[in-house]
Amino acid sequence: MTDDTRVLGLAGLQALIDALGLRGYTVIGPTVRDGAIVNAPISSLDDLPRGIGDEQDAAHYRLRDRGDEALFGFAAGAQSAKPVLFPSDELLWRSRRTADVTVIDREVEPPPGPPYALIGVRSCDLRAILMHDQILLERTAADVHYAARRAESFVVAVACTDPAGTCFCVSMDTGPSPRGGYDLALTELYADGEHRFVVAVGTDRGAEVLAEVAATTATADDVAVAERVITEASGRMGRALQTDGLKYLLYANVESPHWDDVASRCLACTNCTLVCPTCFCTSVEDVTDLTGVNAERHRVWDSCFSEEFSYIHGGSVRESTRSRYRQWITHKLAAWEDQFGSFGCVGCGRCITWCPAGIDITVEAAALRGTPRKTSQRS
Amino acid sequence: MTSLAEHDHADAAAHALAAGDAMLPRPYRVVRTRQDTRDTVTLQLEPVDGVPLKFSAGQFTMLHAFGVGEVPISISGDPTKEGLLEHTIRNVGSVSGALVAAAPGTILAVRGPFGTGWDVSDGMGGDVVFITGGIGLAPLRPAILELLANREKYNRVALLYGARTPDDILFGDELRKWADLLGIVVEVTVDSGPHSWRGRVGLVTQLIPRIAFDPANTVALVCGPEVMMRACATALRGRGVPAASIRLSMERNMKCGVGLCGHCQLRELFICVDGPVLTYERLAPLMSRWEL
Amino acid sequence: MQTIEEYLPEHPFFAGLDQPTLELLAGCATNVHFDANEVLFHEGDQADTFYIVRKGLIAIQVQSPSAGGVVVDTAEAGGVVGWSWLVPPYRWMFDARASEPTSAVAFDGACLRGKCESDPAVGYALMQRVARVMLDRLEAARLRLIDMYGSSS
Repeated sequence: MTDDTRVLGLAGLQALIDALGLRGYTVIGPTVRDGAIVNAPISSLDDLPRGIGDEQDAAHYRLRDRGDEALFGFAAGAQSAKPVLFPSDELLWRSRRTADVTVIDREVEPPPGPPYALIGVRSCDLRAILMHDQILLERTAADVHYAARRAESFVVAVACTDPAGTCFCVSMDTGPSPRGGYDLALTELYADGEHRFVVAVGTDRGAEVLAEVAATTATADDVAVAERVITEASGRMGRALQTDGLKYLLYANVESPHWDDVASRCLACTNCTLVCPTCFCTSVEDVTDLTGVNAERHRVWDSCFSEEFSYIHGGSVRESTRSRYRQWITHKLAAWEDQFGSFGCVGCGRCITWCPAGIDITVEAAALRGTPRKTSQRS
Repeated sequence: MTSLAEHDHADAAAHALAAGDAMLPRPYRVVRTRQDTRDTVTLQLEPVDGVPLKFSAGQFTMLHAFGVGEVPISISGDPTKEGLLEHTIRNVGSVSGALVAAAPGTILAVRGPFGTGWDVSDGMGGDVVFITGGIGLAPLRPAILELLANREKYNRVALLYGARTPDDILFGDELRKWADLLGIVVEVTVDSGPHSWRGRVGLVTQLIPRIAFDPANTVALVCGPEVMMRACATALRGRGVPAASIRLSMERNMKCGVGLCGHCQLRELFICVDGPVLTYERLAPLMSRWEL
Repeated sequence: MQTIEEYLPEHPFFAGLDQPTLELLAGCATNVHFDANEVLFHEGDQADTFYIVRKGLIAIQVQSPSAGGVVVDTAEAGGVVGWSWLVPPYRWMFDARASEPTSAVAFDGACLRGKCESDPAVGYALMQRVARVMLDRLEAARLRLIDMYGSSS
């Protein structure tokens, strides 16, 4: 944190939400719905999960009463920012077919609606957004819908002060405190004295908005407390994943008998890929109206756990569940590094929490380390 | 990767938007169709906007039948001539079924061209061996035509082609022309033939020991079912052709053609962008593992 | 025209065999010629000959009431035809027919077996060559079995 570090009170945070709204943003933040933390439009501090914490473990998620006034006292919610910036269903184009002409409708201009301001993005999820930027914007071709949504987005990150039992961002070096990619980053302080937010400024745009609200310069004490809170959170990770040599471990274990063991538990339900903030695989669907005149083409989320995912004429490349789990974890912890220069896992723990069978990526990776190899493979 | 501090998503997004939408196709009109075999049809397409599609031999397009769906299909036309876009399509599913049924005048949607090419010109000054089976001759045809446009720059050239039955042999007239007039050794074999078949029966790999080429100075372009390509690569390695000189064209499920949808991944490879044409050197460790 | 002794070292099947062995084996051999469509042997007949093809093409085929005659393999210059002379009951399993005018060297099966039995080193050298061709044929047959070019619909 630098000399630019500021402090906001509760009223200041409300002013920040108001300022973003006035600038035309749809402000999205964490809310409580159906017993889970979910992102939704917010306008007031009252929309935030005040005093709510969470318990997370393999196949287990419960909200709990923290007995305090913390607004961000929970860990990874049910979903990351992925559904906001990269929705599960996106209209790509429409076509109209008449007797002698077919028109591809180019009037579908991305994106619909006002830009988003995301409040409370965790460092793991922020890192996942930066990965999506890299994958969906900075390669051979871009997802123009994501590009349009992302270009205008405003990110207020929040450091995690109370990680959950399934968190392992420290292992993946993605948290618990955001280190870049945000406009503003908050660290919530509530345990000592006044409920306040230490604010780091990431962009000029962030500084402009912050100038409109009653932020004061952070004292040395504020900064020290924030750092202590982060350090403590770093020590309370519920999970750990040993990352050294992970790529070679996965590549070398391509024929490990352990995949059969995972497959005996995995339901191939696709939950892990749906909640994963980095999973980006999609399919396309064509929808035709009853007249056959109008057709729409949609981009929809897909999952490497489905049988059709790898279908080519004659059958699926990955018929078995063992091969699909292997594909998923190998992509996350190995192939991603070859493709994009980092792990594809940010340690948010959602795949562990939301797996109905409680399959744990950290446990499966550790089990592979313990599996004797019969053969070695060049990589 | 750009370091987080340097990362400017707004710049990246603006750049991406300026580059255009790779998922938005261009309409093409079917000009002519030709029934090649019982289940295979060649379509000749012209762009409705009049702008011809430039491509490299080996590249594919995403070909879309309105209201039905989109599939990756290799271009089978001549890359040295600017003209109609040509696709040779085998009817194996709902989308390809709709495509082979497209009558002249039908509007189809085309994205691309996508992927890596054969780069057959790397074989100039040396020998070139084309090995193919089934519909795999269609993706190789542009490379053969590219070579033929400069036939004198290559030494020995052979085409080994395996088909299921004599009735499944594609481009029969062209095969004869290439052999008789253009100095290509063309060897054809089928899996089985009727009593009246006077040609060879056997596997295309069995032809590899029969032809003359200088293994150290040969580029081998192989296109067909993965099992066939593996067997051919093994036979070529057995004759001393370096793995880096053997190129295969891979098939995987593709929904976007531009590396976004993730379907075509083979471990670290995106077949649509890194391939479809890849060296056996790169593919060998990946092809030998089940369900990778 | 070359004598059989002169030709045998040129045929890939005999590559690497020494001159005395070739002369020994040539003692079992005669030159033969088949016109197009001429039948070499029929399924069920006594199998007493081993052919090495010098030029032309021989089709191995099987009769099927529904499919008519189906050609399941071919042998051309450099190839060989016939294994049934090697093992009891010495009966052909398929038909063989010349697809085009074909020249071959025919070896008497009983004569070859006699040479192999009296000189195991010759027998081993011959069996190695037989095994190599059989392996090649077997691998190709297995791959053709999976119908890898695929049938539509």
